[in-house]
Amino acid sequence: MTDVLLRMEGIYKSFPGVQALSDAKFELRYGEVHALVGENGAGKSTLMKILGGIYHKDEGHIILEGHEVEITSPAMAQHLGISIVHQELNLMPHLTVAQNIFIGREPRTKVPFVVDDKATNEEAMRLFELLNLRLDPNTKVADLTVAKQQMVEIAKALSFNAKILVMDEPTAALTDAEIDELFSIIRQLREKGVGIVHISHRLEELKQISDRVTVMRDGKYIDTLQTNEAPIDKIISLMVGRTIYESAPELPETPNQDVVLEVRNLNRGRSLRNVNFSLKKGEILGFAGLIGAGRTEVARAIFGADTYETGEILIKGKQVYIKSPGDAVMHGIGYLSEDRKRYGLTLGMDVKENVAMASMKKFLKWFGWMDFKKTVERGKEMVKALNIKTPSLEQKVKFLSGGNQQKVVIGKWLTADTDILIFDEPTRGIDVGAKSEIYKLLNDLAHQGKSIIMISSELPEILRMSHRVVVMCEGRVTGILNAGEATQESIMKYATMRREAVLATAQ
Amino acid sequence: MKSETPTAKPISRSEEPKTRKSLFRSDTMQRLMAFSALIVLFIGFSLASPFFRTFENFVGILLATAVNGVLALGVTFVIITAGIDLSVGTVLTFSAVMTAVFIINWHLPIPIGILGGLLSGSLAGFINGTVISRMKIPPFIATLGMLYITKGLSLVISELHPIYFNDTPAFREMAMGSILGQIIPGFVVPNAVLILFGAAIIAHLILTRTILGRYTFALGSNEEATRLSGVNVVAWKTAVYTLCGLFAGMGGVLIASRLNSAQPALGAGYELDAIAAVVIGGTSLSGGEGTILGTIIGAFIISTLTNGLRILSVPQEWQIVITGCIVILAVFLDILRRRR
Repeated sequence: MTDVLLRMEGIYKSFPGVQALSDAKFELRYGEVHALVGENGAGKSTLMKILGGIYHKDEGHIILEGHEVEITSPAMAQHLGISIVHQELNLMPHLTVAQNIFIGREPRTKVPFVVDDKATNEEAMRLFELLNLRLDPNTKVADLTVAKQQMVEIAKALSFNAKILVMDEPTAALTDAEIDELFSIIRQLREKGVGIVHISHRLEELKQISDRVTVMRDGKYIDTLQTNEAPIDKIISLMVGRTIYESAPELPETPNQDVVLEVRNLNRGRSLRNVNFSLKKGEILGFAGLIGAGRTEVARAIFGADTYETGEILIKGKQVYIKSPGDAVMHGIGYLSEDRKRYGLTLGMDVKENVAMASMKKFLKWFGWMDFKKTVERGKEMVKALNIKTPSLEQKVKFLSGGNQQKVVIGKWLTADTDILIFDEPTRGIDVGAKSEIYKLLNDLAHQGKSIIMISSELPEILRMSHRVVVMCEGRVTGILNAGEATQESIMKYATMRREAVLATAQ
Repeated sequence: MKSETPTAKPISRSEEPKTRKSLFRSDTMQRLMAFSALIVLFIGFSLASPFFRTFENFVGILLATAVNGVLALGVTFVIITAGIDLSVGTVLTFSAVMTAVFIINWHLPIPIGILGGLLSGSLAGFINGTVISRMKIPPFIATLGMLYITKGLSLVISELHPIYFNDTPAFREMAMGSILGQIIPGFVVPNAVLILFGAAIIAHLILTRTILGRYTFALGSNEEATRLSGVNVVAWKTAVYTLCGLFAGMGGVLIASRLNSAQPALGAGYELDAIAAVVIGGTSLSGGEGTILGTIIGAFIISTLTNGLRILSVPQEWQIVITGCIVILAVFLDILRRRR
């Protein structure tokens, strides 16, 4: 099984102002899972989009099964047996699973223009059996979990008889159990001789699943290693080409300071059930739990983005009534959503405008007149203080990398003078180098006396950063651990502590 | 394909498309395109007919643009928030009728009457904004409702008859008199044109220099992110629609003054001309971008076209067909420009 299925050589690609790829290369064998890693902007996605016919290379060769091919469109890539599952799922939520898979090539009945739903479902079932998938072709995609939707995407990709399956960050939104399920499918495909390209930021999981790993940096090919011979540290150093900020070994001392925020008996339907916790000045309070445990719901309720039914929120000992995000900002609370692009940034606006967005009133002269000089000054300060990499203050934030976008959001809340910052998955979709910078920033902010709630699904991140850890399960707080007693195992125990178990321990 | 002519150095190759593309994609380019289209129209019609290239005709075009231009100013704000206002045409009618009621039926002084007309428009806009932002009714539906409401109210209040301003000649002077003509003899440009440009400058300043303008773009760019930044989006969205209503009210006062009467059946369909002007001017219906200058150019393109075609004796029905084609063409060019 060492035959070469695909070779890409000497690939060049430029966009206005950026040389995205220069002399990039990649090789894929039959029945191989090949991990492609690199920081954001390293050119992984660009390279794969060239393979998928979405972009056109400026120069270079693509050799598929021994023949040079010129891939000019996504349809042609599909025809050649190359399928890509993109990071963002491209499914139509209102259609069923089977309708999604066969969109654009629906089986027809004898009557013109009438689609044959029965045949569509049967074809889908056949496909699922082949892949050992347990899916009902008749379910609406909207009713599936993200993991199942991912499976639908993979099934769709393979329904084109794909020889090559490219998966761009397939696990970003999945829980551990769902990742296991995905991996077992990947292994089956490998058995069948499909070549799989796996792009991911989670290096630990590459160890589990991949045979070889290719590292890219700054649009260039760096190295290809056998995964079982490459320690993660080595991969990271190849990726970043520099040393990484490390805060793991020493945990900052637990501050014994005033309680800034106290939440008492917060309730809303099934998603929030009697949530109690407190946050101290200068503390990083980690929120751990499985996806759907209600951590984001707590954050959004405190921030006034959603309402809560009963409960009290006290800030510096005084009860406050937060009915809208506006109220929360007034009380010094800022919220950094897990989905920056949807909830954190106005993408079409520039860096300085986004920095000013939560505190526009500070930048006014009279009668609603904007003080441009002030926004520029403030923007400059933030770019410098947070080390935001942007060509200018007038750069639209949609053109910044994930890490720099996150910094712009942080800048926005610092500008609004918030003392309590809620970070929801602060490093999701951010590369290793920028991740360590965000960690350093969080530590610095805590040292300056800001109080931080950090929601994260990555346990190493929780353990590395938090002074205390709140663990949630099914809308309840099931445990609050000090840094010393928190381990992956203890957190997982509380994170899976369902209602019966909670009642049992109470008795 | 381009890649078949490889050159020695990848760097030189990468820089060439960069400069070309960035110039083509810039905002200046967009405005240049709309503006040059206007110039081409002017030159074309001037060559085609000596009647087109007279001072009187140019003034006529300016005057014909005034009402639609003022309407389009407000609509620009609404469209930048990714909303739509279908009611501006009939809100204009409503404001014209209310102005007439204040001045003629109630015998209020003219300035108070005008203020009342402006307030009537603003009130309709405020209700639009409230219904949209508080009751969460889609802008298309909410303003469609307001279209019918103001259309009906105009007929009810006027009792189906036009109201004439024959007893108050000063009111007609407001739009049709010429302050410029008094200052520069022979340069008789009606005040309505000055009002359009004045309103445009104010709208431009609001859009680019004030917090309302900033939030207008923010709402269109990402409403939820704006809300989660602690911005009171309900209030600001209401403000945007109120402003749009104010401009519609201004249009109503202008048209009443120009026609020396409030015509309760006039105004339906004006909203489409206004939206067309905004779209031709490069404002995106998906929100987040747009300029006042573009809108004004768009309004002039429409009225120049209408005027020129009429002088060339193209029947009115065909003028409408051609306007439709221009709208589609303008948006298509805009899409081409944005394409990578």
